[in-house]
Amino acid sequence: MEQFFDDYTLRTVTLGTAILGAVSGALGTFAVLRRQSLLGDAVSHAALPGIGLAFILTSSKASLVLMVGAGLAGWLATAVVLLVTTSTRVKYDSALGLVLSVFFGAGLVLLTFIQKYPNANQAGLDSFLFGQAASLVVGDVITMTVLGGIVLVALLLFWKEFKLLAFDPEFAHSLVLPVRWLDIGLTTLLVVAIVIGLQTVGVVLMSAMIIAPAAAARQWTDNLGVMALISMVTGALCGVGGALLSTSTSNLPTGPTIVVCAGGFVVVSMLIAPHRGIIWQQVRQTVQNRKLKSEAVLLDLFELARKHDDLGYPHMETALRVIHPKRGTLYRQLRRLEGRGLVKMYDSGAWALTPDGILVCKQLLDERIR
Amino acid sequence: MSTFQLEIQLVAAVVAAACALPGTFLILKRMAMMSDAISHAILPGIVIGFFLTGNLSSPLLILGGAAAGLLTVVLVEWIRKTDRVREDAAIGLVFSSLFAVGVILIARFASDVHLDTDAVLLGELAFVPFDRLEIAGYDLGPQALYATGGVGLLCMGFILLFYKELKLATFDGALCATLGFLPGVLHYALMGLVSMTAVAAFDAVGSILVVALMVGPPVSAYLVTNRFGHMILYSVALGITASILGYWVAHLFDASIAGCMAVMVGLQFAILFCVAPEQGLLAAWKRRRRQKWQFAIKMLVIHLLQHEATPEAEQECRIDHLQGHMAWEESFAQGVVTRAASQNLLHTVGEYLELTHTGRELAREAIVHS
Repeated sequence: MEQFFDDYTLRTVTLGTAILGAVSGALGTFAVLRRQSLLGDAVSHAALPGIGLAFILTSSKASLVLMVGAGLAGWLATAVVLLVTTSTRVKYDSALGLVLSVFFGAGLVLLTFIQKYPNANQAGLDSFLFGQAASLVVGDVITMTVLGGIVLVALLLFWKEFKLLAFDPEFAHSLVLPVRWLDIGLTTLLVVAIVIGLQTVGVVLMSAMIIAPAAAARQWTDNLGVMALISMVTGALCGVGGALLSTSTSNLPTGPTIVVCAGGFVVVSMLIAPHRGIIWQQVRQTVQNRKLKSEAVLLDLFELARKHDDLGYPHMETALRVIHPKRGTLYRQLRRLEGRGLVKMYDSGAWALTPDGILVCKQLLDERIR
Repeated sequence: MSTFQLEIQLVAAVVAAACALPGTFLILKRMAMMSDAISHAILPGIVIGFFLTGNLSSPLLILGGAAAGLLTVVLVEWIRKTDRVREDAAIGLVFSSLFAVGVILIARFASDVHLDTDAVLLGELAFVPFDRLEIAGYDLGPQALYATGGVGLLCMGFILLFYKELKLATFDGALCATLGFLPGVLHYALMGLVSMTAVAAFDAVGSILVVALMVGPPVSAYLVTNRFGHMILYSVALGITASILGYWVAHLFDASIAGCMAVMVGLQFAILFCVAPEQGLLAAWKRRRRQKWQFAIKMLVIHLLQHEATPEAEQECRIDHLQGHMAWEESFAQGVVTRAASQNLLHTVGEYLELTHTGRELAREAIVHS
């Protein structure tokens, strides 16, 4: 902890990654719910020519200038995707793949031009490609904080509208909300959130920062606000965790470490989250299976007893075994039912329903008929 | 043109053809983004293959990469089946996590070897002729040509052999399954091909160009044809053209070859997007214009039919009345009348409009059909 407050670089990087994680977590919530997870991937690749062009035009490597360029290019990419998908039969995924690779290719071409500049040091631009958290300086973090703050405030201001847009755009339209403009606005916010993170985690891994915290948060709640909050906290935690891990270990790049942390969060959430967790689902299924099996034995006993005047008429296990060939299971089920006081065993080894058992059987049959 | 240049173009053309073949299926199955996912996710497979063999040009690397590609497909499918995360989010999560693992592996254990993330993402076609295949002292040409050519032939063979099964699985998976053709097996075989193509090609052209060549040409072909076979042929042709054009553009401007090829792919799409016979913007604009006039003409003849031989006909069937009654601009009204007259639907008697027999027929038909 002491080291944390003393070390200037570590403090800067950790703050930067935390902000990036929180902002992308918030916007990712909407991207994941609106099935736009891969838009983040396309936008982050498509930002490259914008970065190159911004550098060529201004010869500046200030992160704000490059971010503006990246944002404009990313925004243009989403506009192209929209145009192509609405005016031809080309599907959304194809349009994404096309825009992603073509924009990125154009970015590569621009980078080769920049390399030929007499005094161009490409280092600052390279960090956008693959992410270089260690290169963050206080100025970058201030830019990220301001931009991220603007994004979050805008999200809060239009929260109700964006919520409606995410879940029921037709209803939003019928309320005469400007659905198209809201869509553009939310997408713009997503583009800004992506641009904020590019320098830190790079083009390829940025999509994970959008998707992973939101996908993890989705498992824990069905409430949009709660989901966004969990997603922000998860994103920030991943950012901080990744940054700390990578500085404490040699040769561990920050961006990928953050992404692996985020991936871990998703896996754990999918497994153990209440209600949606896969483990709980398995438990519920086992309990359900067991219940169905013992009910089956109980009802078989009832069915046999019905052939006699007395519903409590005892039957040998052999008679039941004809219906339930697996002896072990059958015995276990009978013992379990006995424990619940629904059947009893006579000294002769025969089994009969107790009055309680008869009652339960009648209820079960009633339910099934209904 | 030197042999050097010829070899680069040859490799580029082979890569383009090899990518376009499986790419066509990806587009039609709405899985275009799988090309992006697989081409990134092969990284850890290649790294592990390298650790096992210690040799960057070992064929085991292709197998390792292909295995990682298949792992991506399996993981995405598995996550989708749990129903906890949607497919698009699952794709984004899996490939970015695998890529992150690859980057970490390189940084931790192979930082001193020539195996950069740059090389994977960007590739360098210009270096292809330096890596030659020699058997018993004979120079057989660049190694990449054999790797990509082999995979390309494999794709071609597979498609030729299972053409109708693949067609069925692509367009009607359910029917394919009922007829007993195992669409699941075909799906994995196809994804295996995508993975192998991506691995064989990434070394030469980088993973982003793999995406451009897998998605771009088939999408362009999709704009101009409705026939499956034609689409495959066109996309191969378009891919080869784009790659050779891209090479010469790069040569002209001394820019990144892969980048220029991707830009050419984009340019092809942009041109076809505008001028494609049915899907293009121009065709759509013409169609809308034609429909606008046709609709107006129908309205006019219906209007005339309604008022024909009635007391107010004198008043209603005049050109200058249309402006008020139909809310048409004067020039538009004049245009409609001229067009209707040239189609022999009416003739003008001074200011007065009179339907011909054909015009009356059209009006009656329009009323009946609407």
